Amino acid sequence: MDAKDLIARRVAREIKPGMLVNLGIGLPSMVANFVPAARGVFFQAENGVIGLGARPPEGMEDRHLTDAGGGFVTAVPGAAAIDSAMSFGLIRGGHLDMTVLGGLQVDEEGHLANWKVPGKMVPGMGGAMDLVTGADCVIVAMQHAAKGQSKIVPRCTLPLTALRRVDLVVTDLAVLRPEADGLHLAERAPGISVDEILAATEARLVVPAEVPEMRLD
Amino acid sequence: MKGVLKPEAAAAMIPDGASLMIGGFMAVGTPERLIDALVARGARGLTVIANDTAMPGKGIGKLISAGCVAHVIASHIGLNPETQAKMIAGEIGCELVPQGTLVERIRAGGVGLGGVLTPTGLGTEVEDGKQVVEVQGKRYLLETPLTADFALIAAHTADYIGNLSYMLTAHNFNPVMAMAGRTVIAEPDSIVPLGVIAPDAVKTPGVLVDHLLIRKG
Repeated sequence: MDAKDLIARRVAREIKPGMLVNLGIGLPSMVANFVPAARGVFFQAENGVIGLGARPPEGMEDRHLTDAGGGFVTAVPGAAAIDSAMSFGLIRGGHLDMTVLGGLQVDEEGHLANWKVPGKMVPGMGGAMDLVTGADCVIVAMQHAAKGQSKIVPRCTLPLTALRRVDLVVTDLAVLRPEADGLHLAERAPGISVDEILAATEARLVVPAEVPEMRLD
Repeated sequence: MKGVLKPEAAAAMIPDGASLMIGGFMAVGTPERLIDALVARGARGLTVIANDTAMPGKGIGKLISAGCVAHVIASHIGLNPETQAKMIAGEIGCELVPQGTLVERIRAGGVGLGGVLTPTGLGTEVEDGKQVVEVQGKRYLLETPLTADFALIAAHTADYIGNLSYMLTAHNFNPVMAMAGRTVIAEPDSIVPLGVIAPDAVKTPGVLVDHLLIRKG
């Protein structure tokens, strides 16, 4: 299975019926593909819609309805259009059940860095700082390593997105659960051993006696 | 409402060095004809306050490419490599602000508040140089209000006295900016007689709007 599909499918299992969920652009947005409509989830796009839907049929795209990445989308029945003050009021005010974001680094304290590589990439934080500060549950969905470098590190060397400890990290190798005493190895990707995960991880992990394999259904 | 303007008259009203709030999110809900007129006039030294600088060839990206902009206050410039290149070369000053903080600073400026207390940015680079205020045992950053000489607004529908309604994800920063510009120029897709926009559908009352852009053609 494609690594991104694997991550998206595993994250989708965390999304419970009736939740309001914000998905970041890129990999996190793929999570919606694995959440059945019957689950009754509302997706928020921070540019101003609650009830984001799939891509419109070809030829039906409208420039007044896009997601936060600027792509054409639809709105599901029951959707609401909101302005940016309301959108971030929902995010910061504790009304958003879950956010799924990409990451550059996560460290042993569960801190996320995902908005800047000083001197190289300064895209701006967009909504990421508000999302990580305000959402009830923060899930980081990212590849375990980039260019052979572990993205799970002892301490973030890149600028932090927020002080808040994220709730879950899902990678192509593992599910990690940040706790007060460190990063717990909660699950292994299918066919991946604990030793392989430890070898690919720069940070110290708390490893229980039994590490179950990810369920993806 | 003081009257309708042709795009070139609107651009002539905006002097070099002016500060502009410009609605839009990745050029969705951005007043494109006003921007085209500013580019055609060869405006210089503008300060642009906006969510993002779109991408080259679209929305605010056209102002960046044409060298109209000296300073940007935005949450995200990652999809416009020209803004990043000009920032790194020192041609454009750039203040990056978390999106939820940006919209609330604009709101504060528009509604007469002396600032905003937000948890977003605590413990990150965003905190640098800012006052931390403790209220009821919680820590917040004090963020200052923003106003501008002009607010350039994109609306879906305007009536003859400047009441505005917006569509779907084209609301974004427009309703908030319409309160924070000293002169407000709105570019609607359609202008309709009084009464066609129902009072409950008016998102920006006409009393806030100084000028409407005359319709195309």
